[in-house]
Amino acid sequence: MAELAYEETFDCVQCGYCLPACPTYLTMGKETHSPRGRINLVKMAAEGHISYSELEGPINLCLGCRACEVVCPTNVQYGKILESAKEVIRENKRETKTITKRAKLFQEFVFDKAMPSKKILSTAGTGLALYQKSGLQKVARKTKAVNILPENLRTFEKILPTVEGPTQRKKRAEHYPAELKPAFRIGFFTGCIMDTMFSSINTQSIKLLQRAGCEVTVIKEQTCCGAMQNHSGATEITKKLAKANIAAFEKYEFDFIVNSIGGCGAQLVEYDHLLEHDPEWVDRAKQFAQRNVDISVILGQLRLPFEKKMNKVVTYQPSCHMSNVQKRVNEPLELLKSVPGITYLELPNKNMCCGSAGIYNIVNYEESMDVLDEKMKHVKKVSPEVVVTTNPGCHLQMKVGVEREGLSERIEVVHIVELLAEACGVE
Amino acid sequence: MKQEQLTALLKNIVKEEKRILTDKVDLYSYSFDASFGVHVPDIVIQPKSASEVSEIMKLANEHGVPVYPRGQGTGLSGGSLPVNGGIVLDLSKWDERLEVDSEDMVVVVSPGVLTAAINDAALEVGLIYPPDPSSSNVSTIGGNLAENSGGPRGLKYGVTKDYVIGLEVVTPEGEIIRTGGRTVKNVTGYDLTKLIVGSEGTLGVITEATLRLFPKPQATKTMMAVFDDIVYSGKAITKMLSSGILPSKLEIMDNGSIKAVEAYEPLGLPTDAEALLLIELDGHPQAIEDEIRSVEIVCKEAAARDVRVANTTEEATELWRARKLVSPAIVREKPTKISEDATVPRSKIPDMFGRLKEIREKYKVDLVVFGHAGDGNLHPNIIADKRDQEEMRRVEQAVEEIFKAAIELGGTLSGEHGIGTLKAPFMEMELGEVGLDMMKRIKDSWDPNNILNPGKIFPKAGQRLVLTNG
Repeated sequence: MAELAYEETFDCVQCGYCLPACPTYLTMGKETHSPRGRINLVKMAAEGHISYSELEGPINLCLGCRACEVVCPTNVQYGKILESAKEVIRENKRETKTITKRAKLFQEFVFDKAMPSKKILSTAGTGLALYQKSGLQKVARKTKAVNILPENLRTFEKILPTVEGPTQRKKRAEHYPAELKPAFRIGFFTGCIMDTMFSSINTQSIKLLQRAGCEVTVIKEQTCCGAMQNHSGATEITKKLAKANIAAFEKYEFDFIVNSIGGCGAQLVEYDHLLEHDPEWVDRAKQFAQRNVDISVILGQLRLPFEKKMNKVVTYQPSCHMSNVQKRVNEPLELLKSVPGITYLELPNKNMCCGSAGIYNIVNYEESMDVLDEKMKHVKKVSPEVVVTTNPGCHLQMKVGVEREGLSERIEVVHIVELLAEACGVE
Repeated sequence: MKQEQLTALLKNIVKEEKRILTDKVDLYSYSFDASFGVHVPDIVIQPKSASEVSEIMKLANEHGVPVYPRGQGTGLSGGSLPVNGGIVLDLSKWDERLEVDSEDMVVVVSPGVLTAAINDAALEVGLIYPPDPSSSNVSTIGGNLAENSGGPRGLKYGVTKDYVIGLEVVTPEGEIIRTGGRTVKNVTGYDLTKLIVGSEGTLGVITEATLRLFPKPQATKTMMAVFDDIVYSGKAITKMLSSGILPSKLEIMDNGSIKAVEAYEPLGLPTDAEALLLIELDGHPQAIEDEIRSVEIVCKEAAARDVRVANTTEEATELWRARKLVSPAIVREKPTKISEDATVPRSKIPDMFGRLKEIREKYKVDLVVFGHAGDGNLHPNIIADKRDQEEMRRVEQAVEEIFKAAIELGGTLSGEHGIGTLKAPFMEMELGEVGLDMMKRIKDSWDPNNILNPGKIFPKAGQRLVLTNG
């Protein structure tokens, strides 16, 4: 039975220092949608002053960017409080049967079956690639057939990346040896959505690691990290996936487990929090978590064979989960600045979330676009040629932002790996 | 009046519905601030013009509904709590106006502008807005004005009231008045500006303010001095000031705070030292280079056992880090922080430290002291657990005794946090019966129906300090 993290709410002294850091407080303009407000509401729900269904709105509208944790002077564990609330709300809905059977089945299918399944995702990816390559995308856009999609999906249809076809994805080897004695032996974590939508970035990541002197292995037994499930309160599914990943990677002797996905990386480094009450797993989870790092951390320690000057004006939109959970603030930035020919301009208020936040931008489309509009005000001030991201969610969202502002001709959105790959001549 | 009726009437005044909050979750979200207590209002309104506020006040008078102005709820004395239910006026969304006039060296602001935003705007034209409460990144200027907030720079630059020269205020009966103006000198009649500033939202709703700006000091210099005996640090401060040097900041940390910070994040601070001073000078680079040497000598002569001068901005940030970490460090063991601001004349700082030590032992409370040593504004902080009723009773007694000690030493209940609900029971102790009554008469004449922010400053009969909810 799930419980609200009631004791943790007492760590909040209600000073309000989190208010300016909270994107939804900024866009929605009331305490109810601030970290301090939400923590108080969790406390009020635990004490029975408000019901779980009253708590649901403010909790669901939280992006979960956790920028509030970074500015909190008393180290409140907001993530833990938020996740407990999501779990309790989800459980309550099942019990009171307020969730429709169809929604429940759909969620279970996506979280428990589809995302962890290579086969289903691969089929979906193939469909997408087919849609784009066959000219169907063009036809659909031209005939305005896309307009039958609801606005939120239509928006994303426009900016979908060109997906690698199934043969290209299958071409990826399992083992990439180092030329000399490997600097690090690396197990590469591919992610599920990432490996469908942005599998080319994964491939480039692996090649870059190899060029930098690492031995890279892509183990087949790995599965979805469970972040999306966890953010939706499906904690049990996340725990199952976590255990599967821990058990899979334990069998190998890797120096590091590396990923190029800010959001998944955040979940991976928190497996020990997730399994803290599971004595059989907590130590194994800790070891696993400690070995997980973002690709920028490894590449930053090694020497990349740059071949080309990029000569571009670049800005960087950090992934919240990379900064606030993985706490990797400088590594990606330093790596970016090391690219030859780059002119780096800092994005004002860059630590504010872009509004992507997992599936937030699909589920809470309007609220997400309000956050994005704030973000784009800053982007326009800087007026870069390239916006660099480190997470597929942010990547897509920033593309939407650029598209919404009609700047697609002038501003390109890339993953840091793509930029590095180009500079190193990696295909 | 029923909430529905009130809402219907308010909808005639505030046309944008999203600025009228009536959902239960919204009401609970405005039921607290950074102090103690939960009080659920009947409705929350986010006004955006003086005429809206004026109409709301008239309506409230007509129907006898209490109104509580609120900034971003960072107050530590309960000044914005809706203790009798009614209407909360959330003024934090009204931040449109922020106009710096570098020729007149003033800035005109809406009440919801963040304090730090004013200083940032001033910096763009080489000026500063000196008052710097530590919540300045969050707090609104309206709240700062109502509470007359201070901050570390108070020693050299004074506090909020020293920078306000004009206000637009909606009176409790709903009239819009303007006080003061745009000039530094103005002796036309009673100084209503200064009366409103620090009146904690009991005499009017501030809807616009004209503030003075100062030239930006060209440079700053930071230094840390460590003392084995707190009395020595007091002597160093006196000597420093009497030698013609006025630091822009002069902060003290006691042994408890030093130990807490070291345990939290080792910075190499001496855990057996009784006091640590952080000193910042500002001014012409050459002048402060010279002055910092004098301060160094003064501290050494006062038996400082270690003096460190920062040579770079990075080093300065590193020294200030000790002070910055006090807050997270002291709440590690227990979560509830009772932050007091009893203030004594500068010469009485060592005596106050002695009294605080006695209080700590007598009531067995976790008490650490840090604060603005230069102006005698100490922050004795008691760390406790709200859920432990027995401990909270001891804390209440300890706090009461801290107030007594400050007043006996010729000081005051509150240097910068305000009276609000928390310190109201002690007002008579400092002001005397007649003194307090004169204040009450002012309140009664401005607000005959006691509509605006009732329950603040003035104690109810038999009111005692309560730090537990419910």
